[in-house]
Amino acid sequence: MTRVRTFLKKYGWSYLFILPSLATFALFTLVPVVWSFIISFQKYSLVRGGTWVTPIYANYAQAFTMLNGIFVASIRNTLLYTVFTVTANIFLGLILASLIQPLSHRLRTFFRAAYYLPAVTSALIIGLTWAYIFNAQWGFATYLTRALGLPPVRWLSDPDIALWSITLSAVLTIPATAIVLYSAAMGSIPQEYYEAAELDGASPIQRWWSITVPLLKSTTLYLVVLYTIASFEVFERIYVMVPSGVGNSTQTIVTQIYANGFKEFDFGIASAQAFVLFAMIAAIAVAQFRALRSDVEY
Amino acid sequence: MATEQATETAIFPKTEELAPRRFPLDGTAFVRWVVLIVTTVVALFPMYWLFANAFTPILATPPLTPIIIPAFRLDNFERLLVNNKFYLNWMVNSLVVAFAVTAFHAVFDTLAGYAFAKKRFPGRNLFFVLILSTLMIPIHVTFIPLYIINRQLGLIDSLWALILPGTAWVFGIFLMRQYIQTLPSELEDAARIDGCSEFGVFRHVIFPLSRPAIAALAIFTFVRSWNDFLWPVIALNKPQNYTLTVGVANLQGEFMTDWGIIFSGAALAALPMIVFFLFFQKYFLEGVRMGALKG
Repeated sequence: MTRVRTFLKKYGWSYLFILPSLATFALFTLVPVVWSFIISFQKYSLVRGGTWVTPIYANYAQAFTMLNGIFVASIRNTLLYTVFTVTANIFLGLILASLIQPLSHRLRTFFRAAYYLPAVTSALIIGLTWAYIFNAQWGFATYLTRALGLPPVRWLSDPDIALWSITLSAVLTIPATAIVLYSAAMGSIPQEYYEAAELDGASPIQRWWSITVPLLKSTTLYLVVLYTIASFEVFERIYVMVPSGVGNSTQTIVTQIYANGFKEFDFGIASAQAFVLFAMIAAIAVAQFRALRSDVEY
Repeated sequence: MATEQATETAIFPKTEELAPRRFPLDGTAFVRWVVLIVTTVVALFPMYWLFANAFTPILATPPLTPIIIPAFRLDNFERLLVNNKFYLNWMVNSLVVAFAVTAFHAVFDTLAGYAFAKKRFPGRNLFFVLILSTLMIPIHVTFIPLYIINRQLGLIDSLWALILPGTAWVFGIFLMRQYIQTLPSELEDAARIDGCSEFGVFRHVIFPLSRPAIAALAIFTFVRSWNDFLWPVIALNKPQNYTLTVGVANLQGEFMTDWGIIFSGAALAALPMIVFFLFFQKYFLEGVRMGALKG
Protein backbone atom coordinates (compact mmCIF):
# COMPACT_ATOMS: atom_id res chain seq x y z
CA MET A 1 0.00 0.00 0.00
CA THR A 2 2.74 2.42 0.93
CA ARG A 3 4.50 1.45 -2.24
CA VAL A 4 1.49 2.50 -4.31
CA ARG A 5 1.32 5.74 -2.37
CA THR A 6 5.01 6.51 -2.95
CA PHE A 7 4.60 5.71 -6.63
CA LEU A 8 1.60 8.02 -6.93
CA LYS A 9 3.31 10.75 -4.97
CA LYS A 10 6.30 10.56 -7.25
CA TYR A 11 4.59 10.12 -10.61
CA GLY A 12 0.91 10.93 -10.03
CA TRP A 13 1.13 14.49 -11.32
CA SER A 14 2.89 13.40 -14.50
CA TYR A 15 0.19 10.88 -15.31
CA LEU A 16 -2.49 13.42 -14.46
CA PHE A 17 -0.87 15.94 -16.83
CA ILE A 18 -0.86 13.57 -19.80
CA LEU A 19 -4.20 11.98 -18.98
CA PRO A 20 -6.60 14.32 -20.87
CA SER A 21 -4.52 14.27 -24.07
CA LEU A 22 -3.89 10.56 -23.84
CA ALA A 23 -7.57 9.83 -23.22
CA THR A 24 -8.85 11.77 -26.23
CA PHE A 25 -6.04 10.33 -28.31
CA ALA A 26 -6.93 6.78 -27.29
CA LEU A 27 -10.65 7.30 -27.72
CA PHE A 28 -10.69 9.20 -31.00
CA THR A 29 -7.57 7.93 -32.76
CA LEU A 30 -6.21 4.68 -31.39
CA VAL A 31 -9.49 2.84 -30.84
CA PRO A 32 -10.92 3.93 -34.22
CA VAL A 33 -7.78 2.81 -36.09
CA VAL A 34 -7.82 -0.66 -34.53
CA TRP A 35 -11.59 -0.96 -34.84
CA SER A 36 -11.50 0.12 -38.48
CA PHE A 37 -8.96 -2.62 -39.17
CA ILE A 38 -11.35 -5.15 -37.62
CA ILE A 39 -14.30 -3.79 -39.62
CA SER A 40 -12.28 -4.19 -42.81
CA PHE A 41 -12.76 -7.96 -42.29
CA GLN A 42 -16.43 -7.66 -41.38
CA LYS A 43 -19.83 -6.95 -42.77
CA TYR A 44 -20.98 -4.15 -40.48
CA SER A 45 -24.55 -3.07 -39.84
CA LEU A 46 -25.38 -0.10 -37.61
CA VAL A 47 -28.22 -2.14 -36.12
CA ARG A 48 -26.70 -5.60 -35.77
CA GLY A 49 -22.99 -4.80 -35.45
CA GLY A 50 -20.23 -6.67 -37.26
CA THR A 51 -20.04 -10.24 -38.54
CA TRP A 52 -16.88 -11.76 -40.04
CA VAL A 53 -16.86 -12.22 -43.80
CA THR A 54 -15.70 -15.42 -45.49
CA PRO A 55 -13.12 -15.73 -46.80
CA ILE A 56 -11.59 -13.31 -44.32
CA TYR A 57 -10.15 -11.09 -47.09
CA ALA A 58 -13.50 -10.88 -48.92
CA ASN A 59 -13.89 -7.10 -48.42
CA TYR A 60 -10.45 -6.45 -49.88
CA ALA A 61 -11.14 -8.74 -52.84
CA GLN A 62 -14.52 -7.15 -53.42
CA ALA A 63 -13.12 -3.64 -53.07
CA PHE A 64 -10.87 -4.30 -56.06
CA THR A 65 -13.39 -6.13 -58.26
CA MET A 66 -16.72 -4.42 -57.62
CA LEU A 67 -18.38 -2.17 -60.23
CA ASN A 68 -15.97 -3.09 -63.03
CA GLY A 69 -12.90 -2.26 -60.99
CA ILE A 70 -13.81 1.33 -60.13
CA PHE A 71 -11.37 1.21 -57.21
CA VAL A 72 -8.50 0.18 -59.47
CA ALA A 73 -9.42 3.12 -61.70
CA SER A 74 -9.42 5.41 -58.64
CA ILE A 75 -5.97 4.23 -57.61
CA ARG A 76 -4.76 4.85 -61.14
CA ASN A 77 -6.32 8.33 -61.15
CA THR A 78 -4.86 9.11 -57.75
CA LEU A 79 -1.38 8.02 -58.87
CA LEU A 80 -1.58 10.05 -62.10
CA TYR A 81 -2.72 13.11 -60.16
CA THR A 82 0.05 12.53 -57.61
CA VAL A 83 2.89 12.13 -60.11
CA PHE A 84 2.09 15.35 -61.94
CA THR A 85 1.21 17.39 -58.87
CA VAL A 86 4.23 16.35 -56.81
CA THR A 87 6.68 16.84 -59.69
CA ALA A 88 5.28 20.29 -60.43
CA ASN A 89 5.21 21.28 -56.76
CA ILE A 90 8.83 20.32 -56.17
CA PHE A 91 10.02 21.93 -59.39
CA LEU A 92 8.06 25.16 -58.83
CA GLY A 93 8.96 25.30 -55.15
CA LEU A 94 12.68 24.90 -55.86
CA ILE A 95 12.72 27.46 -58.68
CA LEU A 96 10.64 30.08 -56.87
CA ALA A 97 12.51 29.71 -53.56
CA SER A 98 15.80 30.10 -55.46
CA LEU A 99 14.54 33.18 -57.26
CA ILE A 100 13.41 34.96 -54.10
CA GLN A 101 16.47 33.95 -52.06
CA PRO A 102 18.80 36.80 -53.17
CA LEU A 103 16.09 39.43 -52.69
CA SER A 104 15.90 41.69 -49.66
CA HIS A 105 14.28 40.37 -46.49
CA ARG A 106 11.22 42.53 -47.09
CA LEU A 107 10.68 41.28 -50.66
CA ARG A 108 11.18 37.65 -49.67
CA THR A 109 8.57 38.02 -46.97
CA PHE A 110 6.22 39.65 -49.47
CA PHE A 111 6.50 36.87 -52.05
CA ARG A 112 6.23 34.07 -49.50
CA ALA A 113 3.09 35.69 -48.11
CA ALA A 114 1.60 36.19 -51.58
CA TYR A 115 2.23 32.55 -52.50
CA TYR A 116 0.88 31.34 -49.19
CA LEU A 117 -2.22 33.53 -49.03
CA PRO A 118 -4.54 31.23 -51.05
CA ALA A 119 -3.55 28.25 -48.91
CA VAL A 120 -4.93 29.76 -45.68
CA THR A 121 -8.45 29.24 -46.96
CA SER A 122 -9.82 25.73 -46.87
CA ALA A 123 -9.08 23.22 -49.61
CA LEU A 124 -12.81 23.30 -50.21
CA ILE A 125 -12.87 26.98 -51.16
CA ILE A 126 -9.72 26.65 -53.27
CA GLY A 127 -11.56 23.84 -55.07
CA LEU A 128 -14.61 26.06 -55.54
CA THR A 129 -12.56 28.88 -57.09
CA TRP A 130 -11.19 26.39 -59.62
CA ALA A 131 -14.65 25.01 -60.30
CA TYR A 132 -15.66 28.57 -61.22
CA ILE A 133 -12.61 29.05 -63.43
CA PHE A 134 -13.48 25.86 -65.33
CA ASN A 135 -17.23 26.60 -65.56
CA ALA A 136 -18.35 25.52 -69.06
CA GLN A 137 -20.34 28.69 -69.67
CA TRP A 138 -18.74 31.68 -67.94
CA GLY A 139 -15.52 30.25 -66.47
CA PHE A 140 -12.29 32.16 -66.97
CA ALA A 141 -10.61 29.19 -68.68
CA THR A 142 -13.59 28.87 -71.00
CA TYR A 143 -13.35 32.58 -71.77
CA LEU A 144 -9.65 32.21 -72.59
CA THR A 145 -10.18 29.38 -75.08
CA ARG A 146 -12.98 31.39 -76.70
CA ALA A 147 -10.87 34.56 -76.84
CA LEU A 148 -8.02 32.63 -78.47
CA GLY A 149 -10.43 31.22 -81.06
CA LEU A 150 -9.92 27.62 -79.90
CA PRO A 151 -12.73 25.06 -80.00
CA PRO A 152 -14.60 24.84 -76.68
CA VAL A 153 -13.07 22.48 -74.10
CA ARG A 154 -15.41 20.58 -71.77
CA TRP A 155 -13.03 21.10 -68.85
CA LEU A 156 -14.97 19.25 -66.18
CA SER A 157 -17.43 17.11 -68.15
CA ASP A 158 -15.28 15.35 -70.74
CA PRO A 159 -14.10 12.02 -69.23
CA ASP A 160 -10.80 12.33 -71.11
CA ILE A 161 -10.12 15.83 -69.81
CA ALA A 162 -11.70 16.24 -66.36
CA LEU A 163 -8.89 14.57 -64.40
CA TRP A 164 -6.33 16.72 -66.24
CA SER A 165 -8.25 19.91 -65.46
CA ILE A 166 -8.27 18.93 -61.78
CA THR A 167 -4.55 18.12 -61.93
CA LEU A 168 -3.87 21.44 -63.67
CA SER A 169 -5.68 23.27 -60.89
CA ALA A 170 -3.40 21.55 -58.35
CA VAL A 171 -0.27 22.25 -60.38
CA LEU A 172 -1.18 25.96 -60.62
CA THR A 173 -1.79 26.20 -56.87
CA ILE A 174 1.67 27.50 -55.99
CA PRO A 175 3.33 25.13 -53.43
CA ALA A 176 3.75 27.48 -50.48
CA THR A 177 5.12 24.82 -48.12
CA ALA A 178 7.90 23.95 -50.55
CA ILE A 179 8.86 27.61 -50.93
CA VAL A 180 8.96 28.20 -47.19
CA LEU A 181 10.98 25.05 -46.44
CA TYR A 182 13.39 25.48 -49.35
CA SER A 183 13.91 29.10 -48.35
CA ALA A 184 14.82 28.10 -44.81
CA ALA A 185 17.16 25.33 -46.00
CA MET A 186 18.90 27.58 -48.55
CA GLY A 187 19.58 30.11 -45.83
CA SER A 188 21.67 27.59 -43.91
CA ILE A 189 24.02 26.56 -46.72
CA PRO A 190 27.51 27.83 -45.79
CA GLN A 191 28.73 30.85 -47.77
CA GLU A 192 32.19 29.37 -48.29
CA TYR A 193 30.86 26.73 -50.65
CA TYR A 194 29.71 29.39 -53.09
CA GLU A 195 32.87 31.44 -52.65
CA ALA A 196 35.06 28.44 -53.41
CA ALA A 197 33.04 27.55 -56.50
CA GLU A 198 33.18 31.14 -57.65
CA LEU A 199 36.96 31.14 -57.38
CA ASP A 200 36.98 27.97 -59.46
CA GLY A 201 35.14 29.93 -62.14
CA ALA A 202 31.76 28.18 -61.92
CA SER A 203 28.88 30.08 -63.52
CA PRO A 204 25.86 31.03 -61.36
CA ILE A 205 23.74 28.27 -62.88
CA GLN A 206 26.53 25.73 -62.36
CA ARG A 207 26.88 26.84 -58.72
CA TRP A 208 23.13 26.53 -58.20
CA TRP A 209 22.92 23.12 -59.86
CA SER A 210 25.96 21.55 -58.26
CA ILE A 211 25.90 23.14 -54.78
CA THR A 212 22.40 24.37 -53.89
CA VAL A 213 20.31 21.58 -55.39
CA PRO A 214 22.32 18.63 -53.97
CA LEU A 215 22.48 20.19 -50.51
CA LEU A 216 18.71 20.52 -50.46
CA LYS A 217 18.30 16.77 -50.86
CA SER A 218 16.83 16.06 -47.44
CA THR A 219 14.34 18.94 -47.77
CA THR A 220 13.39 17.67 -51.21
CA LEU A 221 12.85 14.20 -49.86
CA TYR A 222 10.68 15.48 -47.02
CA LEU A 223 8.62 17.57 -49.44
CA VAL A 224 8.18 14.67 -51.86
CA VAL A 225 6.76 12.58 -49.02
CA LEU A 226 4.60 15.41 -47.72
CA TYR A 227 3.11 16.23 -51.13
CA THR A 228 2.74 12.58 -52.09
CA ILE A 229 0.70 11.86 -48.97
CA ALA A 230 -1.39 15.01 -49.49
CA SER A 231 -2.05 14.02 -53.12
CA PHE A 232 -2.94 10.45 -52.18
CA GLU A 233 -5.58 11.98 -49.91
CA VAL A 234 -7.03 14.42 -52.48
CA PHE A 235 -10.74 14.89 -51.91
CA GLU A 236 -12.21 18.40 -51.50
CA ARG A 237 -11.02 19.62 -54.88
CA ILE A 238 -12.73 16.71 -56.60
CA TYR A 239 -15.84 16.86 -54.44
CA VAL A 240 -16.59 20.42 -55.57
CA MET A 241 -15.17 20.43 -59.12
CA VAL A 242 -16.97 17.28 -60.28
CA PRO A 243 -19.67 16.70 -57.63
CA SER A 244 -21.14 13.59 -59.19
CA GLY A 245 -17.97 12.41 -60.88
CA VAL A 246 -17.35 11.97 -64.60
CA GLY A 247 -17.88 8.22 -64.87
CA ASN A 248 -14.87 6.48 -63.38
CA SER A 249 -12.46 9.08 -64.71
CA THR A 250 -12.41 11.38 -61.67
CA GLN A 251 -12.79 8.90 -58.82
CA THR A 252 -9.90 8.87 -56.36
CA ILE A 253 -9.15 6.67 -53.34
CA VAL A 254 -10.74 9.01 -50.81
CA THR A 255 -13.82 9.76 -52.95
CA GLN A 256 -14.33 5.98 -53.09
CA ILE A 257 -13.93 5.60 -49.32
CA TYR A 258 -16.44 8.41 -48.85
CA ALA A 259 -18.90 6.99 -51.38
CA ASN A 260 -18.76 3.42 -50.06
CA GLY A 261 -18.73 4.44 -46.41
CA PHE A 262 -21.22 7.27 -46.29
CA LYS A 263 -23.35 7.00 -49.42
CA GLU A 264 -23.69 3.20 -49.60
CA PHE A 265 -23.00 2.66 -45.87
CA ASP A 266 -20.89 -0.38 -46.73
CA PHE A 267 -18.46 0.07 -43.84
CA GLY A 268 -16.52 -3.16 -44.52
CA ILE A 269 -15.55 -2.17 -48.05
CA ALA A 270 -14.82 1.44 -47.10
CA SER A 271 -12.56 0.32 -44.22
CA ALA A 272 -10.71 -2.09 -46.49
CA GLN A 273 -10.14 0.75 -48.96
CA ALA A 274 -8.98 3.06 -46.17
CA PHE A 275 -6.37 0.48 -45.19
CA VAL A 276 -5.20 0.20 -48.79
CA LEU A 277 -4.57 3.97 -48.59
CA PHE A 278 -2.82 3.47 -45.26
CA ALA A 279 -0.57 0.80 -46.77
CA MET A 280 0.33 3.08 -49.70
CA ILE A 281 1.23 5.91 -47.33
CA ALA A 282 3.21 3.59 -45.05
CA ALA A 283 5.20 2.36 -48.06
CA ILE A 284 6.11 5.96 -48.93
CA ALA A 285 7.13 6.67 -45.33
CA VAL A 286 9.35 3.58 -45.19
CA ALA A 287 10.97 4.57 -48.48
CA GLN A 288 11.65 8.02 -47.02
CA PHE A 289 13.20 6.52 -43.90
CA ARG A 290 15.53 4.36 -45.99
CA ALA A 291 16.55 7.22 -48.23
CA LEU A 292 17.20 9.47 -45.23
CA ARG A 293 19.63 6.95 -43.72
CA SER A 294 21.99 7.54 -46.63
CA ASP A 295 21.69 11.29 -46.36
CA VAL A 296 24.37 13.93 -46.76
CA GLU A 297 25.40 16.05 -43.81
CA TYR A 298 26.72 19.55 -44.18
CA MET B 1 17.65 44.34 -39.81
CA ALA B 2 18.93 42.93 -36.56
CA THR B 3 15.68 43.60 -34.69
CA GLU B 4 13.68 42.22 -37.59
CA GLN B 5 15.63 39.00 -37.38
CA ALA B 6 15.22 38.92 -33.62
CA THR B 7 11.45 39.20 -33.78
CA GLU B 8 11.22 36.66 -36.55
CA THR B 9 13.14 34.05 -34.61
CA ALA B 10 12.09 34.91 -31.09
CA ILE B 11 9.53 32.14 -30.76
CA PHE B 12 11.25 29.22 -32.32
CA PRO B 13 14.86 28.23 -32.86
CA LYS B 14 16.57 30.26 -35.49
CA THR B 15 16.24 28.90 -39.01
CA GLU B 16 15.71 31.91 -41.17
CA GLU B 17 19.01 33.42 -42.22
CA LEU B 18 19.90 36.58 -43.99
CA ALA B 19 20.06 36.17 -47.74
CA PRO B 20 23.52 34.87 -48.52
CA ARG B 21 25.38 37.51 -50.47
CA ARG B 22 26.72 34.94 -52.82
CA PHE B 23 23.61 32.91 -53.47
CA PRO B 24 23.70 31.73 -57.09
CA LEU B 25 21.37 33.33 -59.65
CA ASP B 26 21.66 36.62 -57.81
CA GLY B 27 21.83 38.97 -60.80
CA THR B 28 18.78 41.20 -61.12
CA ALA B 29 17.83 39.42 -64.30
CA PHE B 30 14.69 40.38 -66.17
CA VAL B 31 13.64 36.74 -66.25
CA ARG B 32 13.53 36.56 -62.46
CA TRP B 33 10.95 39.31 -62.20
CA VAL B 34 8.85 37.95 -65.04
CA VAL B 35 8.70 34.53 -63.35
CA LEU B 36 8.00 35.95 -59.89
CA ILE B 37 5.27 38.30 -61.09
CA VAL B 38 3.57 35.72 -63.34
CA THR B 39 3.53 33.09 -60.58
CA THR B 40 2.24 35.60 -58.03
CA VAL B 41 -0.63 36.46 -60.36
CA VAL B 42 -1.33 32.76 -60.96
CA ALA B 43 -1.28 32.11 -57.21
CA LEU B 44 -3.65 34.91 -56.33
CA PHE B 45 -5.93 35.02 -59.36
CA PRO B 46 -8.52 32.32 -58.46
CA MET B 47 -9.15 33.86 -55.04
CA TYR B 48 -9.10 37.39 -56.49
CA TRP B 49 -11.61 36.42 -59.15
CA LEU B 50 -13.94 34.95 -56.53
CA PHE B 51 -13.85 38.25 -54.62
CA ALA B 52 -14.22 40.34 -57.81
CA ASN B 53 -17.40 38.40 -58.61
CA ALA B 54 -18.66 38.53 -55.05
CA PHE B 55 -18.35 42.33 -54.92
CA THR B 56 -20.12 42.87 -58.27
CA PRO B 57 -23.94 42.59 -58.37
CA ILE B 58 -24.80 39.34 -60.15
CA LEU B 59 -28.44 38.28 -60.08
CA ALA B 60 -28.26 35.16 -62.21
CA THR B 61 -25.41 33.86 -64.39
CA PRO B 62 -22.11 35.77 -64.40
CA PRO B 63 -21.30 37.64 -67.63
CA LEU B 64 -19.45 35.72 -70.37
CA THR B 65 -16.71 38.34 -70.36
CA PRO B 66 -15.15 37.81 -66.94
CA ILE B 67 -15.40 40.51 -64.29
CA ILE B 68 -11.85 41.63 -63.57
CA ILE B 69 -12.52 44.94 -61.85
CA PRO B 70 -15.16 44.56 -59.14
CA ALA B 71 -17.95 47.12 -58.67
CA PHE B 72 -17.26 47.23 -54.91
CA ARG B 73 -20.94 46.75 -54.10
CA LEU B 74 -22.37 44.58 -51.35
CA ASP B 75 -25.64 43.57 -53.08
CA ASN B 76 -24.71 39.88 -53.25
CA PHE B 77 -23.80 39.77 -49.58
CA GLU B 78 -27.13 41.39 -48.64
CA ARG B 79 -29.07 38.80 -50.67
CA LEU B 80 -26.96 36.00 -49.18
CA LEU B 81 -27.81 37.00 -45.62
CA VAL B 82 -31.49 37.68 -46.41
CA ASN B 83 -32.19 34.58 -48.52
CA ASN B 84 -30.05 32.11 -46.62
CA LYS B 85 -31.41 31.99 -43.12
CA PHE B 86 -28.66 29.64 -41.93
CA TYR B 87 -25.49 31.42 -43.07
CA LEU B 88 -24.94 33.10 -39.71
CA ASN B 89 -25.65 29.78 -37.94
CA TRP B 90 -22.87 28.18 -39.99
CA MET B 91 -20.46 30.92 -39.07
CA VAL B 92 -21.35 30.61 -35.37
CA ASN B 93 -21.03 26.80 -35.55
CA SER B 94 -17.58 27.05 -37.13
CA LEU B 95 -16.54 29.56 -34.47
CA VAL B 96 -17.85 27.45 -31.58
CA VAL B 97 -16.07 24.32 -32.81
CA ALA B 98 -12.83 26.15 -33.57
CA PHE B 99 -12.79 27.92 -30.18
CA ALA B 100 -13.60 24.76 -28.23
CA VAL B 101 -10.94 22.68 -29.98
CA THR B 102 -8.39 25.47 -29.69
CA ALA B 103 -9.04 25.97 -25.96
CA PHE B 104 -8.62 22.24 -25.33
CA HIS B 105 -5.30 22.08 -27.17
CA ALA B 106 -3.95 25.29 -25.62
CA VAL B 107 -4.39 23.88 -22.10
CA PHE B 108 -3.99 20.12 -22.39
CA ASP B 109 -1.26 19.97 -25.03
CA THR B 110 0.78 22.30 -22.85
CA LEU B 111 0.19 20.08 -19.82
CA ALA B 112 1.14 16.93 -21.71
CA GLY B 113 4.03 18.66 -23.46
CA TYR B 114 5.34 19.76 -20.06
CA ALA B 115 5.16 16.23 -18.65
CA PHE B 116 6.91 14.76 -21.70
CA ALA B 117 9.56 17.50 -21.71
CA LYS B 118 10.50 17.79 -18.05
CA LYS B 119 9.19 14.85 -16.05
CA ARG B 120 10.56 11.35 -15.67
CA PHE B 121 7.95 8.64 -15.23
CA PRO B 122 7.57 4.99 -16.24
CA GLY B 123 6.09 4.62 -19.73
CA ARG B 124 7.04 8.14 -20.81
CA ASN B 125 8.89 7.11 -23.95
CA LEU B 126 6.36 4.44 -24.81
CA PHE B 127 3.46 6.88 -24.68
CA PHE B 128 5.35 9.50 -26.63
CA VAL B 129 6.39 7.14 -29.40
CA LEU B 130 2.86 5.74 -29.55
CA ILE B 131 1.46 9.24 -30.01
CA LEU B 132 4.03 10.24 -32.63
CA SER B 133 3.66 7.04 -34.64
CA THR B 134 0.04 7.84 -35.40
CA LEU B 135 0.90 11.15 -37.09
CA MET B 136 1.43 9.22 -40.32
CA ILE B 137 -1.90 7.41 -40.30
CA PRO B 138 -4.40 8.87 -42.78
CA ILE B 139 -7.28 10.32 -40.81
CA HIS B 140 -9.73 8.64 -43.21
CA VAL B 141 -9.04 5.34 -41.47
CA THR B 142 -10.77 6.64 -38.34
CA PHE B 143 -13.96 8.01 -39.91
CA ILE B 144 -16.08 4.86 -39.90
CA PRO B 145 -15.53 3.93 -36.22
CA LEU B 146 -15.88 7.61 -35.30
CA TYR B 147 -19.22 7.67 -37.08
CA ILE B 148 -20.37 4.53 -35.26
CA ILE B 149 -19.20 5.86 -31.86
CA ASN B 150 -20.84 9.25 -32.38
CA ARG B 151 -24.07 7.62 -33.51
CA GLN B 152 -24.20 5.39 -30.49
CA LEU B 153 -23.62 8.39 -28.25
CA GLY B 154 -26.34 10.30 -30.13
CA LEU B 155 -23.86 13.00 -31.13
CA ILE B 156 -24.21 12.82 -34.92
CA ASP B 157 -25.59 16.12 -36.21
CA SER B 158 -24.36 17.97 -33.12
CA LEU B 159 -21.22 20.08 -32.76
CA TRP B 160 -19.88 17.59 -30.20
CA ALA B 161 -19.28 15.19 -33.07
CA LEU B 162 -16.72 17.69 -34.38
CA ILE B 163 -15.31 18.99 -31.10
CA LEU B 164 -14.51 15.63 -29.48
CA PRO B 165 -12.50 14.10 -32.35
CA GLY B 166 -10.93 17.53 -32.85
CA THR B 167 -9.23 17.18 -29.47
CA ALA B 168 -7.29 14.13 -30.65
CA TRP B 169 -4.80 15.99 -32.87
CA VAL B 170 -1.41 15.12 -31.37
CA PHE B 171 0.81 17.56 -33.21
CA GLY B 172 0.36 20.14 -30.44
CA ILE B 173 1.79 17.80 -27.80
CA PHE B 174 4.88 17.37 -29.92
CA LEU B 175 5.18 21.12 -30.53
CA MET B 176 4.79 22.03 -26.85
CA ARG B 177 7.27 19.38 -25.75
CA GLN B 178 9.88 20.76 -28.14
CA TYR B 179 9.32 24.26 -26.84
CA ILE B 180 9.18 23.50 -23.12
CA GLN B 181 12.40 21.48 -23.37
CA THR B 182 14.20 24.74 -24.13
CA LEU B 183 12.99 26.41 -20.90
CA PRO B 184 15.51 26.43 -18.02
CA SER B 185 14.60 24.04 -15.18
CA GLU B 186 15.93 26.43 -12.48
CA LEU B 187 12.70 28.44 -12.56
CA GLU B 188 10.61 25.37 -11.77
CA ASP B 189 12.94 24.41 -8.93
CA ALA B 190 12.77 27.92 -7.51
CA ALA B 191 8.97 27.81 -7.58
CA ARG B 192 9.00 24.44 -5.81
CA ILE B 193 11.29 25.78 -3.10
CA ASP B 194 8.85 28.68 -2.69
CA GLY B 195 6.17 26.11 -1.92
CA CYS B 196 4.38 25.76 -5.26
CA SER B 197 2.52 22.48 -5.83
CA GLU B 198 3.24 20.59 -9.06
CA PHE B 199 0.17 22.14 -10.64
CA GLY B 200 1.24 25.51 -9.27
CA VAL B 201 4.57 25.17 -11.06
CA PHE B 202 2.69 24.54 -14.28
CA ARG B 203 0.26 27.40 -13.76
CA HIS B 204 2.67 30.04 -12.55
CA VAL B 205 5.88 29.12 -14.36
CA ILE B 206 5.46 26.83 -17.37
CA PHE B 207 2.19 28.16 -18.77
CA PRO B 208 3.19 31.86 -18.75
CA LEU B 209 6.63 31.09 -20.17
CA SER B 210 5.10 29.00 -22.96
CA ARG B 211 2.84 31.77 -24.19
CA PRO B 212 4.57 32.36 -27.55
CA ALA B 213 4.35 28.67 -28.46
CA ILE B 214 0.78 28.44 -27.18
CA ALA B 215 -0.16 31.41 -29.37
CA ALA B 216 1.29 29.63 -32.39
CA LEU B 217 -0.42 26.38 -31.50
CA ALA B 218 -3.74 28.18 -31.00
CA ILE B 219 -3.51 29.79 -34.43
CA PHE B 220 -2.70 26.51 -36.22
CA THR B 221 -5.46 24.67 -34.39
CA PHE B 222 -8.04 27.34 -35.12
CA VAL B 223 -7.22 27.40 -38.83
CA ARG B 224 -7.29 23.63 -39.11
CA SER B 225 -10.64 23.42 -37.42
CA TRP B 226 -12.16 26.30 -39.39
CA ASN B 227 -11.05 24.80 -42.72
CA ASP B 228 -11.98 21.19 -41.96
CA PHE B 229 -14.47 19.67 -44.37
CA LEU B 230 -14.60 15.91 -44.86
CA TRP B 231 -15.43 14.83 -41.29
CA PRO B 232 -17.99 17.67 -40.83
CA VAL B 233 -19.73 16.72 -44.07
CA ILE B 234 -20.03 13.16 -42.75
CA ALA B 235 -21.08 14.07 -39.22
CA LEU B 236 -23.62 16.84 -39.94
CA ASN B 237 -26.95 16.35 -41.71
CA LYS B 238 -29.36 19.18 -41.01
CA PRO B 239 -28.63 22.53 -42.73
CA GLN B 240 -28.89 24.52 -39.49
CA ASN B 241 -26.10 22.40 -37.98
CA TYR B 242 -23.58 22.80 -40.81
CA THR B 243 -20.25 24.47 -40.33
CA LEU B 244 -19.25 27.12 -42.84
CA THR B 245 -17.32 24.83 -45.19
CA VAL B 246 -20.16 22.31 -45.38
CA GLY B 247 -22.74 25.05 -45.86
CA VAL B 248 -20.74 26.77 -48.60
CA ALA B 249 -20.28 23.47 -50.43
CA ASN B 250 -24.07 23.11 -50.48
CA LEU B 251 -24.91 26.67 -51.60
CA GLN B 252 -24.73 25.69 -55.25
CA GLY B 253 -27.40 23.03 -54.80
CA GLU B 254 -29.68 25.50 -53.08
CA PHE B 255 -29.25 28.68 -55.12
CA MET B 256 -28.63 27.04 -58.46
CA THR B 257 -29.18 30.09 -60.61
CA ASP B 258 -28.26 32.92 -58.24
CA TRP B 259 -24.49 32.97 -58.63
CA GLY B 260 -24.19 36.25 -56.77
CA ILE B 261 -25.26 34.50 -53.59
CA ILE B 262 -22.95 31.56 -54.20
CA PHE B 263 -19.89 33.77 -54.81
CA SER B 264 -20.55 35.99 -51.82
CA GLY B 265 -21.09 32.93 -49.60
CA ALA B 266 -17.74 31.44 -50.60
CA ALA B 267 -15.94 34.78 -50.34
CA LEU B 268 -17.33 35.51 -46.89
CA ALA B 269 -16.23 32.07 -45.68
CA ALA B 270 -12.68 32.68 -46.94
CA LEU B 271 -12.40 36.24 -45.63
CA PRO B 272 -11.81 35.59 -41.90
CA MET B 273 -8.80 33.34 -42.55
CA ILE B 274 -7.32 35.80 -45.06
CA VAL B 275 -7.60 38.66 -42.54
CA PHE B 276 -6.25 36.36 -39.83
CA PHE B 277 -3.29 35.52 -42.06
CA LEU B 278 -2.49 39.16 -42.77
CA PHE B 279 -2.30 39.79 -39.02
CA PHE B 280 -0.45 36.64 -37.96
CA GLN B 281 1.62 35.91 -41.08
CA LYS B 282 4.73 35.03 -39.10
CA TYR B 283 2.94 32.31 -37.17
CA PHE B 284 1.43 30.82 -40.31
CA LEU B 285 4.77 30.57 -42.10
CA GLU B 286 6.30 29.12 -38.93
CA GLY B 287 3.46 26.59 -38.85
CA VAL B 288 4.22 25.57 -42.42
CA ARG B 289 7.86 25.15 -41.56
CA MET B 290 7.07 22.87 -38.65
CA GLY B 291 4.55 20.77 -40.53
CA ALA B 292 1.46 21.93 -38.66
CA LEU B 293 -0.05 23.57 -41.75
CA LYS B 294 -0.05 22.52 -45.36
CA GLY B 295 -0.24 24.44 -48.58
